[in-house]
Amino acid sequence: MHMVVLTKGVPDFREGQVSFDEDGHLERGKTPTVMNPNDRFALQAALQTRVRHGGRVSVMSMGPPGYKEVLREAMETVYADDLHLISDREMAAADTWATAITLSAGIETLGEPDVVFAGFKTADGETGHTGPQTNWCLDMPLVTHVISLDIDEDAGTLRAKRLVEGDIEEIETVETELPAFVVADPEFEPSYRTAGERLTLKDLREETQAHAENYEEHLTVRDHADINVDPDYIGLDGSPTIVSSVDPIPKAPAEREATMVDPDDTGAMQDVLTAMQSAVGDDAGDAAAAGGD
Amino acid sequence: MSDYEHYEALVVGAGPGGAAAAATFANYGIETLVLERGVEAGSKNVSGGLIYAEESAPYTIDDLFPGFREAAAERPITKYRIHNIAGDKVESFDLTDLHEHDTEWSDSVLRRKMDSWLEDRVHERTRETGGGLLTGVHVNGLLREEGRIVGVTLDELDPITADIIVAADGVNSELARDAGLMDWDEPDEWFQGVKAVVDMPEDAIADRFDVAEDEGAAHLFSGDLFEGVRGGGFLYTNRDTLSLGTVFHLDSLVAEEAEPHELLDGLLTHPLLAQWLGDDYTELEYSAKLVPDSKKVALREPHFGRLLLVGDAAGQMQAQGPIIKGMNHAVTAGALAAESYAQAKSRNEPEKAGTRYARKLRSEGVMKKLRPRGYELLRGVAEDDGVTNVVDTVLTSAVGRAGIRALSGRLERLYNVPTLSALMPDTRTPYVTLPTVIAEELGTRVRDKSSVTPPDLEARIGELTYDTDIGNPHITLRDESYEASGAAVAACPVSAVDFGGGCYREEVVRTNGSEERVVSLDTQPCVECGTCAVVADTEWTHPRGDKGVEFKWG
Repeated sequence: MHMVVLTKGVPDFREGQVSFDEDGHLERGKTPTVMNPNDRFALQAALQTRVRHGGRVSVMSMGPPGYKEVLREAMETVYADDLHLISDREMAAADTWATAITLSAGIETLGEPDVVFAGFKTADGETGHTGPQTNWCLDMPLVTHVISLDIDEDAGTLRAKRLVEGDIEEIETVETELPAFVVADPEFEPSYRTAGERLTLKDLREETQAHAENYEEHLTVRDHADINVDPDYIGLDGSPTIVSSVDPIPKAPAEREATMVDPDDTGAMQDVLTAMQSAVGDDAGDAAAAGGD
Repeated sequence: MSDYEHYEALVVGAGPGGAAAAATFANYGIETLVLERGVEAGSKNVSGGLIYAEESAPYTIDDLFPGFREAAAERPITKYRIHNIAGDKVESFDLTDLHEHDTEWSDSVLRRKMDSWLEDRVHERTRETGGGLLTGVHVNGLLREEGRIVGVTLDELDPITADIIVAADGVNSELARDAGLMDWDEPDEWFQGVKAVVDMPEDAIADRFDVAEDEGAAHLFSGDLFEGVRGGGFLYTNRDTLSLGTVFHLDSLVAEEAEPHELLDGLLTHPLLAQWLGDDYTELEYSAKLVPDSKKVALREPHFGRLLLVGDAAGQMQAQGPIIKGMNHAVTAGALAAESYAQAKSRNEPEKAGTRYARKLRSEGVMKKLRPRGYELLRGVAEDDGVTNVVDTVLTSAVGRAGIRALSGRLERLYNVPTLSALMPDTRTPYVTLPTVIAEELGTRVRDKSSVTPPDLEARIGELTYDTDIGNPHITLRDESYEASGAAVAACPVSAVDFGGGCYREEVVRTNGSEERVVSLDTQPCVECGTCAVVADTEWTHPRGDKGVEFKWG
């Protein structure tokens, strides 16, 4: 079984990490890049498949050379065998369409994987397009919002539980032939119910700890020529999306006026009390009326 | 047989007993799976903390795990003393001879460090057999087919079958109970221990205990400092910490309605300890544990079908006065259990592993230590309340006191006779009355003043690490009336009367003019000692894997 997992580096949006300038624009230089949080679920799905069926896991990303650290993080999460970074100045400012073309070309250079995994939405773009669009180029069966996964290697089929319309209340089971493209939902839960699976997981963890220290030995960096794509179809040139401007979401105006009262000022506190009593008095009257029936 | 995952040998619990069993199975090339419920081996384990290698034992921990002492233990114990206490009068005896009797070596240990070191070795060795060790997995019962035990059921995994199952799942063994081999009914069959691990720099230990780098001291305490509760205290030096604790008969704790943490504080603040604790008391961890009294509960036939019990799960904890040995017996039993199966299998009669194991426990002398024959013979007379009262009356009378004074030159020697310790009846006489009279008649006054202020219970609980299984309590009260379960309020080491932050609280419910005393339970602060399983009416299981308290020292 050969699995490919797609991942992306995103600004670390957690409190205390992320930094915005006065105009509300993200300061990329001051904000660390981390692995897209939703990709963790794609990695978990790939790891579960590998633990159950064995095989090889490759992780791929498109982005600047700084994404190497993201790939290292992915390696430690999924116990990946090899890492692939598609990196090229020509690819800068790509929208999801140009990214999909680039990634699909990259995947094709890895042979014919049995399953490709992607996460649900990136924390920066929030489109949720890249996975399905990449698969549009690859032309495999696509299963999105996957929350659990079973593969029958002999039959060459994949059976998945997925959220219908992304709704946790509505779950359907679908089956498709391999190779297939899986988008893992944040509700994805890996399941290891046998001791054998957990022991394999433990072995993989130990192997990866040694492996990840020298992760660059397992990393291949390639540009557009290496993956054989036309520069007109990638990066800004290949992106049909035009972002005309970015506006911050306006803050809700403060509608209430506040008056500061010194608690030692008896007169002012009396006013507060009176104000409160009149407010409560009105409400209490309403409540009594409502409670009458 | 059904289509379950199967291993030849299954070991439940990765303490010293489980580790010894697993290592021995691996030595025989038997495929072995070890399941431990803690996040790491040792995270659920507490000991007073001395481990022995007995000269007479067929297996010791360093036989099975070379390098154990250097890597996993704290200090060799080279000084062993007991202090008889009455008020501020103390008469001390040197028990080093007793301590060294049949002893190849004895080291102080802290269980998190020790067991996690064993865990790595056990995993490595069992992995070579095709099995391995898993943590965070809670075995919750036995799997039976057509009435026979064939495997185990678990919280986290599907059922697993095995040809042989070693239950090394501790004093609160769910497997021993499931098999009907143990119950938790009689408080007088158990001790409860509480312990504080105290920070102390190596040079302070060297100074205050007069020990070199490869030496250590053990001090035991008995007398009138524990409100008349039957039991005693201990202090062991570790590398750069101390283990200080108290151990009491559970029935006596309940009868006196004593608070275990207060009895511990009674020891910590006694003036005798001022010379060792100084004025910089820093407590690192508070913990508690139930201890089986092997004299009463060590199983003569600790097996049922494919299930073999070792260590605390089989009641194999020897606590006879100043002789306190548990881990060494668990190690021996674990290795003997695995060896019995390997030999029975090679004779093509694996079903005889259990009887073979029980026979080995006898022929190797383990049972004799756990259940001394002299104790059994004397128990009927010596533990009779009438006899105890007469003995205590004589002992505390002018005649008894004169006798103690007359014996003064020989008492230390008598205390060092192993067979006398083994005979010691389970009454207040040897634990309270005798040491008190000895101290009163022969003792010297301690001049030091204690400046130790132990943390209160709330602070102690606050310092512990928990991963609470919210909404899924592992203990439920079957009967919340005060009559049935009220004893837990005081006896639980993380509860206290008039303390709202513990597991057990007393509440008064007023309905229609009548009042009812009831008990309520919140398992969040639980240290999983099992006390309430014995003294209250509960449905008691361990938390799921990785959940509950996590001891950092143990």
